[in-house]
Amino acid sequence: MSDSPDSVTLPRSHAPTRPRKQAGLLLDEPLIFERSRPGRRGFAVPGGDADPGAFLPAELLREPIEGFPEVSEPEVLRHFLRLSQWNLGTATTLYPLGSCTMKYNPVANEAVARLPGFAALHPLVPDHDAQGALELIWELERMLAEISGMDAVSLQPAAGAQGELTGMKMIRAYHVDRGRARRKVLIPASAHGTNPASAALCGYSTVQVEGNPTGLIEAAAVRRAMDDDVAALMITNPNTLGLFEREIVQVAEAVHERGGLVYLDGANLNALIGVAKPAHMGADVMQINLHKTFSTPHGGGGPGSGPVAVRDVLLPYLPTPRLVRAGEQLRWSDDFPKSIGRVRSFYGNFGMLVRAYAYILALGGDGLTQVTRMAVLSANYIRRRLEDAYHLAFPGTCMHECVFSDKGFEATGVKTLDIAKRLLDHGFYAPTIYFPLVVSGAIMIEPTETESKETLDEFIDAMLAIAREARETPDVVRNAPTQTPIGRLDEARAARRPVLRWTPKSSAES
Amino acid sequence: MEFPEDLKFSKEHEWVLVEGGVATVGITDYAQDQLGDIVFVELPAVGDKVSKEDAFGVVESVKAVSDIYAPVSGKVIEVNDDLPENPEMLNEDPYGDGWIIKIEMSDPEEVQDLMTAAEYEEYVAEEKE
Amino acid sequence: MRYLPHTNDDVRTMLARIGVGDISDLFTDVPADLRARATVALPPGLSEQEVRARLEQLAARNRAVAPRCFLGAGAYPHFVPAVVDQVLQRAEFYSAYTPYQPEVSQGTLQAIFEFQTLVAMLLEMDVANASMYDGASAAAEAVLMALRIRPKRSRVILSRALHPQYRDVIRTYAAVAGGDAAHRIDLVEAPVSNDGRTDPEWLAGALSDETAAVVVGYPNFFGVVEDLGSIGALAQAHGALLITTTTEALALGLLKPPGACGADIAVAEGQSLGVPMSYGGPGVGLFATRTDFVRMMPGRLVGEAVDGVGRRGFVLTLATREQHIRREKATSNICTNQGLVALAVTVYLSTVGKAGLRELAIANTAAAHRVAERLVQTGRWHQQFSAPFFNEFVVRGANAEGVWKTANSRGVLAGLPLRYWYPEFGDALLLCVTEMHDSAAADALVVELSQ
Repeated sequence: MSDSPDSVTLPRSHAPTRPRKQAGLLLDEPLIFERSRPGRRGFAVPGGDADPGAFLPAELLREPIEGFPEVSEPEVLRHFLRLSQWNLGTATTLYPLGSCTMKYNPVANEAVARLPGFAALHPLVPDHDAQGALELIWELERMLAEISGMDAVSLQPAAGAQGELTGMKMIRAYHVDRGRARRKVLIPASAHGTNPASAALCGYSTVQVEGNPTGLIEAAAVRRAMDDDVAALMITNPNTLGLFEREIVQVAEAVHERGGLVYLDGANLNALIGVAKPAHMGADVMQINLHKTFSTPHGGGGPGSGPVAVRDVLLPYLPTPRLVRAGEQLRWSDDFPKSIGRVRSFYGNFGMLVRAYAYILALGGDGLTQVTRMAVLSANYIRRRLEDAYHLAFPGTCMHECVFSDKGFEATGVKTLDIAKRLLDHGFYAPTIYFPLVVSGAIMIEPTETESKETLDEFIDAMLAIAREARETPDVVRNAPTQTPIGRLDEARAARRPVLRWTPKSSAES
Repeated sequence: MEFPEDLKFSKEHEWVLVEGGVATVGITDYAQDQLGDIVFVELPAVGDKVSKEDAFGVVESVKAVSDIYAPVSGKVIEVNDDLPENPEMLNEDPYGDGWIIKIEMSDPEEVQDLMTAAEYEEYVAEEKE
Repeated sequence: MRYLPHTNDDVRTMLARIGVGDISDLFTDVPADLRARATVALPPGLSEQEVRARLEQLAARNRAVAPRCFLGAGAYPHFVPAVVDQVLQRAEFYSAYTPYQPEVSQGTLQAIFEFQTLVAMLLEMDVANASMYDGASAAAEAVLMALRIRPKRSRVILSRALHPQYRDVIRTYAAVAGGDAAHRIDLVEAPVSNDGRTDPEWLAGALSDETAAVVVGYPNFFGVVEDLGSIGALAQAHGALLITTTTEALALGLLKPPGACGADIAVAEGQSLGVPMSYGGPGVGLFATRTDFVRMMPGRLVGEAVDGVGRRGFVLTLATREQHIRREKATSNICTNQGLVALAVTVYLSTVGKAGLRELAIANTAAAHRVAERLVQTGRWHQQFSAPFFNEFVVRGANAEGVWKTANSRGVLAGLPLRYWYPEFGDALLLCVTEMHDSAAADALVVELSQ
């Protein structure tokens, strides 16, 4: 291992001193390494018994990897099936994470993504051998352009954050191309943390724009902050408070007047389809999160896909390669001298593109419009039924998500974190908490359109019960969760003495 | 919440103990309370120069990161070597074992710009609103 | 619509409770002009059967040509045991998100902890993160990390034998780097020697105390196994960091790992380990480093923790490096990993296990060497490079591209003509042979390339 002093690590992973809650169908399960026994095998390899020394010099070879799993196939399956049972997912329960759009992931999409014609396709086969894949990409680009109102789309970025980085790099390229590399970016105080991070990665310094007392960005404030050194404004609409930015058109004008561009964070697109197109709002570039609005699974944290959509002015800077038509055939082309280059290997997360494409086909224009209507209806229903028990951060109609806080519970000692943990006991995943930062103790609820009214009612009832408990028996809330396989974890200790891996006994002792 | 009378305080929630030409610096009880359980501290090296109001280090909790600002200018002559291994001292004893650095002041007059315990207590009360 | 549960009655009840007459009343904050132009002009939705038919039609127009596809170059055809997909189809895994509430996400968290361990073992490094988007962006992030570790240096040497797409992505990320001010990065390309390895003499001459890092492929784009020990020693002598990138992760089952050769940061593309090629994505970036550098590492990290009564659990940790807390000072802007793909790698490596991984690597290199030998014996081809190789190699022969085109028309994809990416190697083909290529396939290749 490393020969540096161990200030942080190699503390060994602890064998459990106490098993997790074992109740009925929920079974405890050690690490795969703890299941291993020398000599067990899960796989046979024809031709694997040749002597490697016949092909490669001995000094280039390694020994079999110490500590690597040695388990049989049934044990592998059992191990991971048991682990899966400790997870909640949107498939099993309401998962109201604000800004994440945890909607139903259609299983039909899983099936088509696995078609061998897609799954077994090598990315470097000649273009004429991949016309099916290329046509899918071509059509999806156009579908997303239509939905966003933009002129062109690149499906290359692998995730929303990478799409955002791509968008900001294009903005930078645009300004440099015009001989004036501006240095600042305006970002609302309520913005998601990726916004300033992406801006900083492009060398920009960020200037915060405050919202007004109703939580919205005013064109006048933007006009005051705008100067010839501002490259862009990054904005989310609806914003992270779930509110539609009413002055968005004027805000965009204020930015464009001084030669700046508008970056729209498309995370909340689920609230806009058939309601307002980003291009009409004045956006010049946006990222679209296929794993949010377009139903591709969140996967426990990826893979996502973050296409960027742009207006004509930014077209020259899109990542390469780009798909072009040559008669009947589609092919990849690198012939775009002003492109910012490549942000990912090959063409993007093609497997996720297949799923999103299938989803859009299944819904169509009418279905997608209905998605937005039902998402906004559901969020407002929750808002209306909870606003007497919980403090609504900003009054009035919300879009696809609503933001409450723990204000009013001070005397009970119950905080947002406790409310979230108690929800877990009720069998729901908790909403997004402590974001956006502009609301202290924020609770951001996004039900999405794929939850039935009964489920929404159950969630509302649980939230109302927790509010009552907070006042009557606050300890129950503050000690939650108690019904989950494990209780609250000591995160401070985990960060102070990080144990980031399991280590085989003999290595740790050397 | 503690506000020891023998100390001076900065707007960025650092405390200063002045002894002759040397200032011992740490973060206040209010600061550690706001940060929560501290998990990591980044310290300057002995010999580094620091300027008033510039950041000289970083303190991290599970959910937040904060720069630590020099309340006075000078040279770092001592660093609390126990802190990296035991960042929780900043929570448990912010004014004692949780001291962070000692600065040989280049301009002792700068101490005049700091707040007294009473002034800082008032400042904190205002921040909370 | 089959994904939307609300009935007309539901909608009526909800509207009444909200206190509005119609759903349009919920959109009064949206300027009328925007609403008027918002219609999405896409055809109406299709049934599941119709969607399936359309997708099958498109899939049928792709010639996947396996097992007669001898392409590598960053994506590799390997066998995936059935158990992997069984686990990936568990909705509890694929329909969960980032484990913000660890108490109900222990499945995801423990699986990632196991992934981090496996990656660290594979690369023989101290610590690995929860994955990056792909090998290329992992390489780019490694370069940015090296510049954070050596903040006074601004030069990074990239081997010409590093995968061209990886060099492209590094260039894009480095074009304007890092958090503080425009920090110009100087990217320099190291040439390749005749034997197929990065030129050590050139490196020795080019390294200086301006160099933050040296980046090499391992194996490199030509399938060649670089002499990491020498390169590492050279780098270290100048205080530069050694970054290795591995596009064919299976090689690590047999080759001396980067950690044992002095690598400071080791990254890889994990697609070879239980992930279908899927026309290039999703993949998964493996990223590992030394203990000393753990706080400089981008990406998510899962750590072990304990709950109130002593039960072991797992939790996202060291989050203060990340964008949602550091914002503009974050180590990167990433807020996700490649969760489900990392899970696939974890299940795959658990299944093939200690013995199976090594045997697979042996089977690959044996198959590739045998095919290379047969091609050389035809007299029509010779091996371009003399250095050792894993499962990819370059052969040179007259009219290579012409032969390649003809082979393609006859259903054999004889690797990649190198000329497009390496004009100096015209008339050369980069071939990849894996355990997927049985003797019939190998015979077909040799027959085609004997023309």
